[in-house]
Amino acid sequence: MLFLVQDGITNGAIYALLGLALVLVFAVTRVILIPQGEFVTYGALTYASLAAGQMPGTAKLALALGIGAFAFDLFVARKALHGRLILRSILTNIALPAIVLALTAYFAAQKPPVAVSIALSLVIVAMIGLYLYRIAFQPLAHTSVLVLLIASVGVHLALQGLGLLFFGAEGQRGPAVLSGAFTAGALRFTGQSLTVYGITIAFIVGLWLFFGLTLYGKALRATAVNRLGARLVGIRTTLSGQIAFLLASVIGALSGIMIVPITTLYYDSGFLIGLKGFVAAIIGGLVSYPLTAVAALVVGLVEAFSSFYASNYKEVIVFMLLIPVLLLRSLAAPAVEEEKD
Amino acid sequence: MQSRLPIIVFALVMAAIPFVPGMPPFWIVLLDNIGLAALVAMGLVLLTGVGGLTSFGQAAFVGFGAYTTAVLSTAYGLSPWLTLPLSLVVSGSLAVLLGLITVRLSGHYLPLGTLAWGLGLFYLFSKLEFLGRNDGISAIPPLSIGTFKMLSPGSIYYAIWVAVILSALLTMNLLDSRTGRAIRALRRGHVAAEAFGVHTPRAKLLVFIHAAVLAGLSGWLYAHLQRAVNPTPFGAQAGIEYLFIAVVGGAGYVWGGVLGAAIVVVLKEVLQSYLPLILPGSGQVETIVFGIMLVALLQLAPGGLWPWLMSFLPERTSGKKPDTSLKLEQRTRSPGQSSILLQVDKARKQFGGVVAVNNVSFDVQAREIVALIGPNGAGKSTTFNLITGVLSASSGSISVLGSKVDRAPPQEIVKLGISRTFQHVKLVPDMTVLENVAIGAHLRGHSGPIASMLRLDRADEAKLLAEAARQIERVGLADQMHQLAGSLSLGQQRIVEIARALCVDPMLLLLDEPAAGLRHMEKQQLATLLRELRDGGMSVLLVEHDMGFVMNLADRIVVLDFGTKIAEGTPATIKTNPEVIKAYLGVAA
Repeated sequence: MLFLVQDGITNGAIYALLGLALVLVFAVTRVILIPQGEFVTYGALTYASLAAGQMPGTAKLALALGIGAFAFDLFVARKALHGRLILRSILTNIALPAIVLALTAYFAAQKPPVAVSIALSLVIVAMIGLYLYRIAFQPLAHTSVLVLLIASVGVHLALQGLGLLFFGAEGQRGPAVLSGAFTAGALRFTGQSLTVYGITIAFIVGLWLFFGLTLYGKALRATAVNRLGARLVGIRTTLSGQIAFLLASVIGALSGIMIVPITTLYYDSGFLIGLKGFVAAIIGGLVSYPLTAVAALVVGLVEAFSSFYASNYKEVIVFMLLIPVLLLRSLAAPAVEEEKD
Repeated sequence: MQSRLPIIVFALVMAAIPFVPGMPPFWIVLLDNIGLAALVAMGLVLLTGVGGLTSFGQAAFVGFGAYTTAVLSTAYGLSPWLTLPLSLVVSGSLAVLLGLITVRLSGHYLPLGTLAWGLGLFYLFSKLEFLGRNDGISAIPPLSIGTFKMLSPGSIYYAIWVAVILSALLTMNLLDSRTGRAIRALRRGHVAAEAFGVHTPRAKLLVFIHAAVLAGLSGWLYAHLQRAVNPTPFGAQAGIEYLFIAVVGGAGYVWGGVLGAAIVVVLKEVLQSYLPLILPGSGQVETIVFGIMLVALLQLAPGGLWPWLMSFLPERTSGKKPDTSLKLEQRTRSPGQSSILLQVDKARKQFGGVVAVNNVSFDVQAREIVALIGPNGAGKSTTFNLITGVLSASSGSISVLGSKVDRAPPQEIVKLGISRTFQHVKLVPDMTVLENVAIGAHLRGHSGPIASMLRLDRADEAKLLAEAARQIERVGLADQMHQLAGSLSLGQQRIVEIARALCVDPMLLLLDEPAAGLRHMEKQQLATLLRELRDGGMSVLLVEHDMGFVMNLADRIVVLDFGTKIAEGTPATIKTNPEVIKAYLGVAA
């Protein structure tokens, strides 16, 4: 029994992180981030490849996307090009990924230590997230949630296809972030699962502080509530979008790095993992961080128990769990008029 | 919707395609697939593009249709023609079941809810023993007429495209009707539609069922085309794919669904068969390119390709004017009733700690124009919402013709002959003025969705449109009748709202700031119209900030401040009332 609870909490913690990222991105940009799962697999498999001394294709993808982002920047600013703007765009979109690519190539050749692998994976996926926003979503920022969603599906498909190209069809596992284990009573705690708990809690607290106390955090919240209003008081909504995507991709990559030592991940594993984070995010109403975290734990527990008692119907149970929750939320929510564009 | 000619041409072209000499049989297969996808996308057009209900779960309904016929025709040996109605009934009734839950979901919960059950049902398909688990069901009999068996893609081609074209016609008929207008009003929120008697949950359920039945039809055809089913094509990925077919094509347009299906199916096929030649190598290069092209397509034409293409065609001449000689039944007015039309008695509305309306009492008599005035935030619009049933009062009561209507929903209030306009205009911008106004007459028509699809509603429809046209002429917008409501100035849109409210054939007209945004001349015309209405036997209760307008028009004025009634009387007494002057100017004059 207890090991099921433990298993559920470990998975739930990951879902919580992903759920948080989804809530964050949706609130700020109205994008339902289906590629969140790809951030997970990219992070995990980049880390695993580096640890195995292979050169991950994601580093090259980051550079390619950076060049694309640079082209978009140039195109948008074509009427008012000036040196500083071009220089800044080159630095963030081309110089940065080029340096990271060089570092990756250097380290990959000599089986880097775990910390270096983690750092590189995080930076690579973070850049991919950032440039993706610039290329795919920023030009669509004014459109409806539905169009953004479909674009999100398009990005998901492209990234998943690229994932197969980079990492092949075989699954990979990575080395544990924190090795070692101890037992307490009937339970055995591995260093890895403790890392998962620790990082999840750190992130939840960190996000809470970020949104509650910092100016950027408040700007992001303001953008989430009202884009136009935020722009009128001088918040650059594109910057908010970039920050949201940056955070989401880092969270995704980190989640991936944390689970890849526990379970084998394939290039397409991310989708289902992301979806479960999604379930948690929905239960949290796509707005509340603490509620999302709690819901994620519930999802993890339900999954653990149903995979033990009714493994055939595990996914059915997890997804059907949503319906009553959604119904409750809808009935509880006041009947407000939704003005849609 | 106006002309049948393009559709007939399209049908003839589609019918002729298999006879084109040298037509590769593979193209026919592609066309079959396009037709199947188009059926589902068409349902989504109605559901998502028109009704505003995003669904990821359509693939599951395709699955219901396919599995129903698969099980019945293999395990029980039923003829496929017998399983057709059964497939549709199964999809439809499961849509009722899921829809009853799902359409109650508000906002973003709805698409997510559909994603959830879409995924859940997919796993169910792949786990259930009698559905063959992951292997599915094979050896499904082909469709046959007499001894002719539709074994080849070329022979079932006609069945598929007859289904597509018939469904498109029925769907377009439905949209161009009383029910269709109610559906098209859904996307703009439910308050306006409900104020004219539309049962929005019922309308949502209706489109939900319609979309599901179309998906079920597609599934039935799919099962007999492939003659085998397995869970894969009914999963979440497929559900998402159907949605983007609709979006790429143009989610608001029936033919957009067909176009989207053609683009996506052909694009995927081209990428799958030609890309490996250009870019040899491992991996799903076609998925990558497909994803990128999808994003690029959306950036070029966010509204979808169909409206983008249509914008190149010369603009169609706008529709013909309805025959205004047709009359609708008038509301029977019994003269013996009490002369107090509306009685608001100590109505109170609290939002948490805020008292928006504080024990307000007033009445409206027959043939009277009463104005409700007060500074911003005085509770005027809340009072309107209490009267029309949008909000229910925390305490106190509201009576119409002597009978209490405290808890009645807006749909019941409008039946009593009370119609309203909104402070923030709530028209459907992509519908014409005529269609918008006709929503006002919703309760005076009787044709249901089935009659509309089969065009049995034309007599009823002509009367509704005639009434709408008459009211539009009455408010002086006859020249704008066939323009899109969104293209009018804000002042004109307010007048359109008045015409829509008049279509109810009301006893009492509630106008929320009707003169805002009007020019001086237009205000005078509006005042003349309202006096005419009063002299014709109607009462008017209006909220207005333009004091000159109110003072010249109203028979009686009720003044609210901070939710409390501070004065009531004729314009002359209100003008000199110290309380009122204090409320407006801050000091006692």
